[in-house]
Amino acid sequence: MSVGKSATPLGKVRGLGSAQHGGGHWIEERFYSVVLVLLSLWLLFSLMMLPALDRATVVEWLRAPAGAVPMALFILAAFKHGFDGMKVFVDDYVHDGGNLLATHFILKMAAVAGAALSLFALAKIAFGAA
Amino acid sequence: MTAPTTRPLSPHLTIWKWGPHMLVSILHRATGSALTVAGLALLTWWLLAIANGAEAYEKFVTVANHTLGIAVLVGLTWAFWQHFFSGLRHLFMDMGAGFELRVNRFWSVMTIVAAVAATVLTFAILTGFLPALLSGEIQ
Repeated sequence: MSVGKSATPLGKVRGLGSAQHGGGHWIEERFYSVVLVLLSLWLLFSLMMLPALDRATVVEWLRAPAGAVPMALFILAAFKHGFDGMKVFVDDYVHDGGNLLATHFILKMAAVAGAALSLFALAKIAFGAA
Repeated sequence: MTAPTTRPLSPHLTIWKWGPHMLVSILHRATGSALTVAGLALLTWWLLAIANGAEAYEKFVTVANHTLGIAVLVGLTWAFWQHFFSGLRHLFMDMGAGFELRVNRFWSVMTIVAAVAATVLTFAILTGFLPALLSGEIQ
């Protein structure tokens, strides 16, 4: 099928089929949702099972690999899922292309900064510097 | 893309009769946003407070134990459970299940019921009330 220069955008893509990776982003959102189901329950039950929530008890819990490793994964998954969610949220209310891109940039910077700060604090605790 | 500033919007929020599914849909967004903004900020502050020593942790505990702090913590716990159960419902609906009117309505209502119940249970355990009750310390 030949497509001339005068073809409309619809005419250019008609018949080409999908790009075959449109579902990837959707699946990725679901992946982090499922991961967070597990990790958020782990965090909540861990906090409920701790004998107390004073600093010494919490530090001891986060120094052990069984506390520090799932907590690191929780931080990553929570900030990623929060970012994904806020992106969907602003997509519905910010309609101008430039504003939308700027909002996405700000959201991503905030998510990465928050995750990095949390991971740094966790590392400081886990490696015994706190 | 040009901004469609002058185009009319359909009065979608004002003409529909409210149902539990609409409420749960909006709650999912509201709780998700609250958990992302307030919840993740609180998580970061809490971890930094632990990392920064006894004095910083004490400051966190003082704010958390304030009436307003407790209200925020209870609110975020409820927001977590509401988003959790509503999210599970969405994962099932993503598989194409539960779109029948009665089934959809039933599970919408159930997410609200389950979230309130789970919040009460969470604080019953966290405050030591339930363990004390189960061990017979409270009659």
